[in-house]
Amino acid sequence: MPRRDDIHKILIIGSGPIIIGQACEFDYSGSQSCRSLKEEGYEVVLINSNPATIMTDPMMADKVYLKPLTTESIKEIVEIEKPDAVLPTMGGQTGLNLARDLQHEGFWRKNNIQIIGVDIAAIDITEDRQQFRDLMEEIGIDQCKSRTANSLLDAKEIVLELGGLPVVIRPSFTMGGMGGGIVWTEEQMEKKVLRGLELSPIHEVLIEESIFGWKEFELELLRDDNENVVIICGIENMDPMGVHTGDSVTVAPTQTLSDKQYQALRDAAIKMMRSIGTFAGGCNVQFAYEPGSDRFVAIEINPRVSRSSALASKATGYPIAKVATKLAVGYTLDELKNQITGTTSACFEPSIDYVVVKVPRWNFDKFPGVDEELTTQMKAVGEVMSIGRNFPEALNKAWQSLEIGRAGLGADGYEEINRKDVRERLLKPYWDRSLQVRNAFKLGASVEEVADITKIDPWFLQQIRYMVSLENRTEGQALGSITRDEMYELKQAGFSDFQIAFLVSKSGEDVTEDDVRNHRKELGLLPSFKLVDTCAAEFPAETPYYYSAYEGETESDVSDRKKVMILGSGPNRIGQGIEFDYSCVHAVMATKEMGYEAIMVNCNPETVSTDFDIADKLYFEPVFWERVLDIFEHEKPEGVILQVGGQTALKLAKKFHEAGIKIFGTSFEMMDLAEDRGRFSALLKEINIPFPQYGTAFTAEDAFKIANRIKYPVLIRPSYVLGGQGMRIAVKEDELLRYVDSILKTHPENEFLIDKFLENAIEVDVDSTYDGDELHINGIMQHIEPAGVHSGDSTAVIPPYTLSDKVIDIIKDYQLRMAKAMNILGFLNVQYAVQGENVYVLEANPRATRTIPFLAKATGVPGSAVGTKVMLGAKLKEFDLESKLDCYAVKEPIFPFDKFPEVKKELGPEMKSTGETIYFMKDFNDEHFKKPFEFKNLYLSK
Amino acid sequence: MTLPQKKRAIIALSDGTVEYGTAIGYDGTTGGELCFNTSMMGYQEIFTDPSYYGQLMMMTYPHIGNYGASSRDDESRKVMIAGLIVRSFSWEYSNPMADSNLNDYLIRNKIVGISGVDTRKLVRHIRTKGVMNAVISTTETDAELLVEKARDWVSMKGLELATKVTREEAQTVRNGGTFRVAAIDYGIKQNIINNLVKRGCNLRIFPAKTSFEEIMEWEPDGFFLSNGPGDPNATADYALETINQIKNTGKPVFGICLGHQLMALSEGFSVSKMFVGHRGANHPVKHIHKGLVEITTQNHGFAVDPDSVNNGQAEVTHTNLNDNTVEGLNFKQFNGFSVQYHPEASPGPHDSSYLFDEFISRIKEAKSTESVK
Repeated sequence: MPRRDDIHKILIIGSGPIIIGQACEFDYSGSQSCRSLKEEGYEVVLINSNPATIMTDPMMADKVYLKPLTTESIKEIVEIEKPDAVLPTMGGQTGLNLARDLQHEGFWRKNNIQIIGVDIAAIDITEDRQQFRDLMEEIGIDQCKSRTANSLLDAKEIVLELGGLPVVIRPSFTMGGMGGGIVWTEEQMEKKVLRGLELSPIHEVLIEESIFGWKEFELELLRDDNENVVIICGIENMDPMGVHTGDSVTVAPTQTLSDKQYQALRDAAIKMMRSIGTFAGGCNVQFAYEPGSDRFVAIEINPRVSRSSALASKATGYPIAKVATKLAVGYTLDELKNQITGTTSACFEPSIDYVVVKVPRWNFDKFPGVDEELTTQMKAVGEVMSIGRNFPEALNKAWQSLEIGRAGLGADGYEEINRKDVRERLLKPYWDRSLQVRNAFKLGASVEEVADITKIDPWFLQQIRYMVSLENRTEGQALGSITRDEMYELKQAGFSDFQIAFLVSKSGEDVTEDDVRNHRKELGLLPSFKLVDTCAAEFPAETPYYYSAYEGETESDVSDRKKVMILGSGPNRIGQGIEFDYSCVHAVMATKEMGYEAIMVNCNPETVSTDFDIADKLYFEPVFWERVLDIFEHEKPEGVILQVGGQTALKLAKKFHEAGIKIFGTSFEMMDLAEDRGRFSALLKEINIPFPQYGTAFTAEDAFKIANRIKYPVLIRPSYVLGGQGMRIAVKEDELLRYVDSILKTHPENEFLIDKFLENAIEVDVDSTYDGDELHINGIMQHIEPAGVHSGDSTAVIPPYTLSDKVIDIIKDYQLRMAKAMNILGFLNVQYAVQGENVYVLEANPRATRTIPFLAKATGVPGSAVGTKVMLGAKLKEFDLESKLDCYAVKEPIFPFDKFPEVKKELGPEMKSTGETIYFMKDFNDEHFKKPFEFKNLYLSK
Repeated sequence: MTLPQKKRAIIALSDGTVEYGTAIGYDGTTGGELCFNTSMMGYQEIFTDPSYYGQLMMMTYPHIGNYGASSRDDESRKVMIAGLIVRSFSWEYSNPMADSNLNDYLIRNKIVGISGVDTRKLVRHIRTKGVMNAVISTTETDAELLVEKARDWVSMKGLELATKVTREEAQTVRNGGTFRVAAIDYGIKQNIINNLVKRGCNLRIFPAKTSFEEIMEWEPDGFFLSNGPGDPNATADYALETINQIKNTGKPVFGICLGHQLMALSEGFSVSKMFVGHRGANHPVKHIHKGLVEITTQNHGFAVDPDSVNNGQAEVTHTNLNDNTVEGLNFKQFNGFSVQYHPEASPGPHDSSYLFDEFISRIKEAKSTESVK
C-alpha cells in the first residue's frame, strides 16, 4: 500500500532532556522520522523540550513546540494544530508513556487523532509483567520457570524443583519490586523468602529460576501493515544476563549461536511481535540463552525504536527509524528501496562482513560514593561503537574511542596488575570488565577460569586471549625486528601505534607512537577504508559510510573537490553531550553550503552526525589521533574543524598544529593560550580586563602558598578539562590539601590552578561570534545559581534579568576586546562573574559551547552554522542575526541523582547534569523561574 | 598460550588475481568455481549442501568456526564444497554441544582452505567481473602455476554434477503417515527430508538416474524433485524423460532449486547461467498473489529466463525483489509448482516452510479426488 492520504498532519513526540537510559539516540530517530515524513509531503508538528536536538531545528518540522513534555502541553498543541495522527514511537519511553496516558484518558479518540507506528494495547501488554507472561505462555514462548510459594517450606520445594540455587525471589504485589532479588545461598534464600512473605500483602512470593549468567541477545525487527517482518540485526551481549543491555559490551552480529539457534530466536521474535498487536513499525526483543543448550527464554519486547535500534542502524547501515516512519504512514517494506544500495529492496535482512562492538561510557568519577557495580539498572551515560574486520580490531578500536586516556584494550602503560586484584575485580561486573579479562590473561589465567568467574562466553575470551598473545609476542621485541607479517597481524587486531610503541619500549629502547607509524609505513602498512553497505558487497552501494581496516583494498575514492574534515565529539558523557553533536551537524551542513566536501569522523552511534546522509563522507572511527591522521592522509582535506566537537576534538589541536595541518578558525596558539591560565591572565592584564586572583601550582606546597596569598575560599582545578572535572571549592586548608591530593592522583601530568572564589557573585555566560571585523553576541545568559555551581548545572536565563545596562555594556565591551586580542575567528564564549558593578572574566573558550544550541533555539539564529561559516571565511554581515526572542528563555539542567540513590545531591564546580530543557516564560511569576530561584543556594557544595 | 604456527596458502583466480593467506583444514591443492555466501551463520550447513558440490566457498562474514562443528548441522553425509576461503578463521570455538573445532572437521573431510584473505575485495572482484574458477593451495608456492591451473579447471557451464552427489541406492524414510512421496535426489538437503517427514510423508529417496518405472513401483502419491549442483541443462539430458512421465501421472510435483529448473526445462523454458549467482540467507522474495515477502535462503548460479516462461504453461508465482528474477512457478498443464530458493532454509529464515504444507495439501486433495473417482 502506498502512503496514506487520509492523514495530513502528524504530531511527533520527542524524548526530552538527556537522562541515563534515554540519550541522543532519540534525536537521531526523531530527526530521521521528521525528514522522512516531510519527504512524503506530510505536515509535521513536533514537541520536544530539549533545545540541543537537531529534530527541533526549524528545518526539521513545519511547527516545533519547545515545551515541557506533559500531557497538558500536548493538549494545548493539539488544540492549536489539530493533527490527524500522532507518532509516539520516536520519543523513547517518554513519548510512549505520554501517548498511553492520553489514550487512557480517551483524548486521542475524542480529538479524532490516529495513533500510528504502535498499538497502545501493545504497550500495555509489554509494560505489564503478568500480561506479558500470560501472553508468552499462550503463544508457546518459553520463560523463566517459576511458581508461587506461601511458606518457606513451599519455597524450599520449589527451589529443588527449579534445580537449586541461585533463584530469584519476587514478593507479590510489592511496590517497585521491593524485597525482591537474586539469592545465592540457603541462608540468603530463607531470609529473603520470610521477609518477602511478610512484605507481600497477600503473603506470597514468586520463586523464579535464575538466568544470571545466561547469554543475552537482542533482535531488532521491522514490520509493515502487510505483516511482512524483517530482522535488521541480531546483537549479542558479551556481558551475560545480570548486566543491563545499556551497560553491556555488545557485539553485532551474534557470534556464538549456530544457525539453528539463531533461527529459533528469529522465529520466536516474529511470533512475539505479531502477538502484541498489528502495528507497522519497529520493535526490539530480548532473549536469554542457556549456555550449552538449545533452551532460551524471552525477556522483554519493546514496540518502539530504541538505543539498540540506533546501534543496529549504525551497525548495519539500515536506517531503522526512517523506514519505521514510512511503514507507520502506510508503506509496505517491499515498496521501499534500500537507501544504501539505491537499487535493491528495503525488505531484506542486512548481511554484514565486519564486526561491530559497542562499549558503554560511564561517569562514576563525577559521583563520589556511587555504587559502581553494574546491575540491571542502567548507569552508563553514553557509548561508543566501533567497526573492525574482526572482533579484536573492533574491541581495540572501541577502547580507543572511549576517550578515557586509553590507546586500546590495555598494553598502553597504565596497569600494574596482580592476580588477587584482578580476580576480585572480575567477580562482579564493573565498567572495566573487558580490561580486567585482558589483565587476567596477561597474568596467565585460562579461558576456563575466566569463563567460570565471569560467565562470558569462551569465544570472546579466546579472542581477548589471542590479543594478549600478540601483546606477549611483541613485548620486548625491537621495533626494527618486527616483521611485516607480525606488524600486519597487530594492526589487523586493532593495536594502535601507541600500544605497539609501549610494547616494544619494554625492550629498553625508547620508541614513540610516531616511530611505529613511520616503521609501519616503511613496511607499506596503511589502513584501507571499507564501505558499510548492508549487503556484504553482494551489490554495489553508493552511500559514503566508511570504516578502516588493515586489508587489501580501499573503497573510499578521494574526490578532487576541496574538503574539510570535521571531528565529532565522541561518546556522550557528563559535560560533553548532545549539544556538541548538534554543533557538529550544523558545522557539516554549513561546510557543505560553503562549497566544501564535508568529511565527518565520529564514533558515537547515538548521534545525528553519524547518520549516513548528513556529511558528504562519514568515517565511523575513533576520534583518536592515529585513526584521524590516517583518514586525513587518505583524504588530504584543506584543513580540519576542531571547534565543534567539544574537548574531544580540541585536545587533538596540538597534534594537528605540530603536524602542520591547517586548523580552521581561531589559531592553535590562541586556543592554547585560553587553556593556559598564566598566558591568558597576562593577556587580560594587557587589555585591562579584571579577573579573579589566581596561581598555578604543581605541588601541594605551591597550592598552599597561593591559597594563603589570595585568601580562601579558593577554586582548585586541573587545566585542560571540560565539564569542570576534578574542580572543587575549598574554604580551608585541609580541604585544599585533600583536593590537591586527589588531583595529583587523577591528573598526574597536569598543572593545576588555584583561583580566588568570588562569593555571592552572579555568573554570566556569553556566547559570541567574531569575524575579524564585527562581533555578534549570540546571547548573554544570567545564571540563577551563584558562581561556584558549574555553568552546565546552572539554570540560565536569557536575556539577563537583574544585570544593569552598565554591566551589560561592560560585558559587551570586554567580549569585543578579548575577541580582538585573541584574533578570534568564529566562536568565543566567555564566562563572567559579576559582583555589584564589577565584572570579572572567569574563562574564555574559543569554540562552540554547550549553550550554543540553547541560544539558537531561544533566539532563532543558527549560531553553530554561522560560526562555522565565519571560520571558513564568511562575514557576519551576510547573515540575519536578529534575535526573535520576545520573552525569557530558561535553560534548566536535568540531574541523574535518581539513578544513584546512594549519592548526595550537591552541586559545585564539577558538572553533574546529563541534559537540559528549554522553557519560555513571559515573566518571573512562573514556577520554572521561582523554584530554581528559591533553591538557588541549596545544593551548592564547598 | 602460544600463537598457532602459520602455514602459507595461496588462492589464485583464473583471471590472474592472486591472494596470500594462512592454510586451514587439509593440506593440498583444490579448485572450482569461486562463489560467495553472505549468511552470517550456518557455515556447516553450507559446506555440506550438495548444491555447492565442486565450488570454492568464500564466506563474507569474517569469523567462521566460532561454534565449532557438530553432526546435527550436517545437511548431507559429507562436506560438498571443494575448498574454503575466510577472513578470520576461529581456531578455537565455543559450543559445549559441538563435536570438534572446525579445523579438525575440515581435515577429517579433506577440505583445503585459506584464511586471512581480504574476502570483501574478492567478492567485489567477482561481483564486477562475474564468476570464475580459482585454485587454493597450501603446498604449491608458484602462483603462476596456480593461475594456470585455475584457468584449466573445468567450467561449471555444461557440467553435470547431480550424479556425483546423489545416493547410490534408494532409501526409505518412514513416518507412519498416510501418504507416500517419491523424492528424486539430485543432491537433496537433509532439512528437506526432515520437513517432508515431519509433515507425515513416508518418503522414498531415489538416485538421480532412477527410471520412472522403478519409482512407480513404490506407488507414490506425490513427487519431489530436489536441489542439486551443476548446470541444469546438463542434468536435463537424462532427467527430463523421467520428469515428463511423472508429470503425466497427474499427481502433485514439487521442485526446489535444480528441481525447479528441471521442471521449467521440461516445459521448454530456458535456464541460463547468471552473471553472479544468489547465495545467502537474506534474499527477499515476493509471493505475487499474497503480496507478502519471504526472507529466503538462496543458492543458485543458474536461473529460469523470465521471457521464456509461456503464460499458457506456467505462471510466475514468486519474484526476487532485488533483481526481479523468477523465484517460483505454478504449472498449468500438470499438477506441479516449484521454487528457485530454499524453503527448507538451513541455514536461513523459516519464512517459506508453508510451501511444504502446500505440497502436502495438494497430495491430500489429489488423493481425495482420486478416492472419489
